Amino acid sequence: MPLYEHVMIARQDLSNTQAEGLIEHFGTVLADNDGKLVDFEYWGVKTMAYKINKNRKGHYAFLRSDAPASAVQEMERLMRLHEDVMRVLTIKVDAHEEGPSVQMQKREERSDRGERRERR
Amino acid sequence: MGTKPFFRRRKSDPFEGDNAPKIDYKDTRLLQRYISERGKIVPARITAVGSKNQRALARAIKRARFLALLPYAVK
Repeated sequence: MPLYEHVMIARQDLSNTQAEGLIEHFGTVLADNDGKLVDFEYWGVKTMAYKINKNRKGHYAFLRSDAPASAVQEMERLMRLHEDVMRVLTIKVDAHEEGPSVQMQKREERSDRGERRERR
Repeated sequence: MGTKPFFRRRKSDPFEGDNAPKIDYKDTRLLQRYISERGKIVPARITAVGSKNQRALARAIKRARFLALLPYAVK
């Protein structure tokens, strides 16, 4: 089965648990259509570069899936119908990367940073 | 006579080589280096990125823009 990466942006007025529940919900959608959710990440609330549907911030969720195209199509269709989901991007990848994505690594770095001088 | 002719060192492609960073639409910090203050993609002749990598870079930036990780235009 082909491998996909999905990024979903959910409305900001959702709670963290609601946003994680959304990931789970769409994971089951994939499972119901003979797909598999390989891995997922919750990036947290991020400030967006521009407003989407009058929202300044959004819950970012990242999913890695191994699913037939029909399952992905069905999941995307349901995402677009879902009120809390503002945006979805699906990208087909040749291989899933191991470990946390760059977005997650950045977050961890941030905590032990501080005395680094400003560049440029 | 005394003045040397103007010579600029040839810059090398930052995405070629052994420990070159991978072009990824999720890596905002990396992509940020290749957009101008206005949010435009910087031409390859300035950044010395090879044409193949420039295409991959442009694709990654456009994906990041769609996800509001990068702006389409600033101000």
